[in-house]
Amino acid sequence: MTAVGTFTPKPGAAPLSRMIGAQAVLETKMLLRNGEQLLLTVVIPTLLLVLFSSVDIVDTGDGKAVDFLTPGVLALAVMSTAFTGQAIATGFERRYGVLKLLASSPLPRWALMTAKTLSVLVTEVLQVILLTVIAFALGWNPHGNPLAVLLLLVLGTAAFSGLGLLMAGTLKAEATLAAANLVFLLLLVGGGVIVPLDKFPEAAQSVLGLLPISALSGGLRDVLQHGASMPWGDLGILAVWALVGLGAAGRFFRWE
Amino acid sequence: MRSEPVVRIQSLVKRYGTKTAVDGLDLEASAGITAVLGPNGAGKTTTVETCEGYRRPDAGNIRVLGLDPVAQAGELRPRIGVMLQSGGVYSGARADEMLRHKAKLHAHPLDVDTLIERLGLGSCGRTTYRRLSGGQQQRLALAMAVVGRPELVFLDEPTAGLDPQARRATWDLVRDLRADGVSVILTTHHMDEAEQLSDDVAIVDAGRVIAQGSPEQLCRGGAENTLRFSGRPGLDVASLLKALPPDSAAAELTPGAYRVSGEVDPQLLATVTSWCAQHGVMPDKISVERHTLEDVFLEMTGKELRG
Repeated sequence: MTAVGTFTPKPGAAPLSRMIGAQAVLETKMLLRNGEQLLLTVVIPTLLLVLFSSVDIVDTGDGKAVDFLTPGVLALAVMSTAFTGQAIATGFERRYGVLKLLASSPLPRWALMTAKTLSVLVTEVLQVILLTVIAFALGWNPHGNPLAVLLLLVLGTAAFSGLGLLMAGTLKAEATLAAANLVFLLLLVGGGVIVPLDKFPEAAQSVLGLLPISALSGGLRDVLQHGASMPWGDLGILAVWALVGLGAAGRFFRWE
Repeated sequence: MRSEPVVRIQSLVKRYGTKTAVDGLDLEASAGITAVLGPNGAGKTTTVETCEGYRRPDAGNIRVLGLDPVAQAGELRPRIGVMLQSGGVYSGARADEMLRHKAKLHAHPLDVDTLIERLGLGSCGRTTYRRLSGGQQQRLALAMAVVGRPELVFLDEPTAGLDPQARRATWDLVRDLRADGVSVILTTHHMDEAEQLSDDVAIVDAGRVIAQGSPEQLCRGGAENTLRFSGRPGLDVASLLKALPPDSAAAELTPGAYRVSGEVDPQLLATVTSWCAQHGVMPDKISVERHTLEDVFLEMTGKELRG
């Protein structure tokens, strides 16, 4: 039994920073504990980088394969976390009433979304560190402006998060699971990640080039492989996707 | 105890497409435990979820702790605790992890270890939510609703699917909440739960409150109670009736089987037995039937409570 007075009301919200911090830590833990998510965010990008750098399967053009592949795999890592992983996790949180229950807690909805974004960013930092270390071990020789790289990663994250949340907030959880994985696979093949876009027919290239994954992988490659200072075209494409995706997610997201 | 009602609902209407889930519902809940009782599909959950700020009313007015649940959600949320009918926890989270997390969202949470022990969640160990038993999931949801030390707790079918022991544990906790000054609104379709726990019961059917009062008031009002006994056939029922209080009735149903109806209380029982003594009758098989909430509900709606 509990002593009298244990439950005496003393309500109050924790400070916002503590709520957001706690939520971000929990979201990150859930993500890192989930085997399927790790397969998507860590194992697949790492395998692709190691495999295609060491075995000459795809013709990656002039220069070392690792210099072509690393920017592509970094783009893939961003997509796997911000889009696929976030869509699937959020879709099931919605299905299982997690979002609903949190909506009645002191944590405001915008703070929940902030925490989710922080958790995505933390995961991406871990991915980038891991993939960069492996790439250096494989003889990667990056060029270019670090600020441009950062800007591309941030805009790419925003674009993929918007699309992922749009999917999670409108489709059924199972549909999101299937669609997010399918899109991941299609964009992996058709988005300049490991297969150069110029392998595709000319007509297809112009369309594929407008995809967020192509803009991100292409932009990162322009900077890291070819030393471009600021890939404005690709940044512009990502910015448009981010605006459209986040705008639509904000408009159509259903919490239950 | 506060004099202002903790929940005040006036003419609430809520429709989903062409279906009207709540149809002009009025309800006032004072401090204490209020049960919202009704069959499945009566509009209980919709009503409670509108109080929690999940749904906007199509018409009508709601105040919870004096606040508008949608417009003043930021102010209201820290002061209420919510237990949903199911779910609400990350499938990969452990029970203690989730409860500690919920506690971190509040300024003055309860001691998590005490609560875990109190609700018997200690045995869950490192088990993730999706592998907990239904009863453990229910108890975790209850713990999450109260950990922030709210003034008002909403419990939606808190004992659905629990074994009798876990059910008692939940009831004990709800009573302790009340004793410490926490108000509780609980929905249920178990009459015994409403009768056992609540200070006040609102019976909901087809989106309206059709009766409200304490369990005793509801059982007394409307429905009549009866006393039956057996004796030798052909007793003078008219004489018995004279001894009884006004508004009572007495009849010999079949030879030797008598029924007295009216307000059945200890006084009435004494009157009947002393009348029997005066007339040299040995009453046999005396039975008293008091109406339950279920009878009241049946009488008012013509429906079984467990819809």
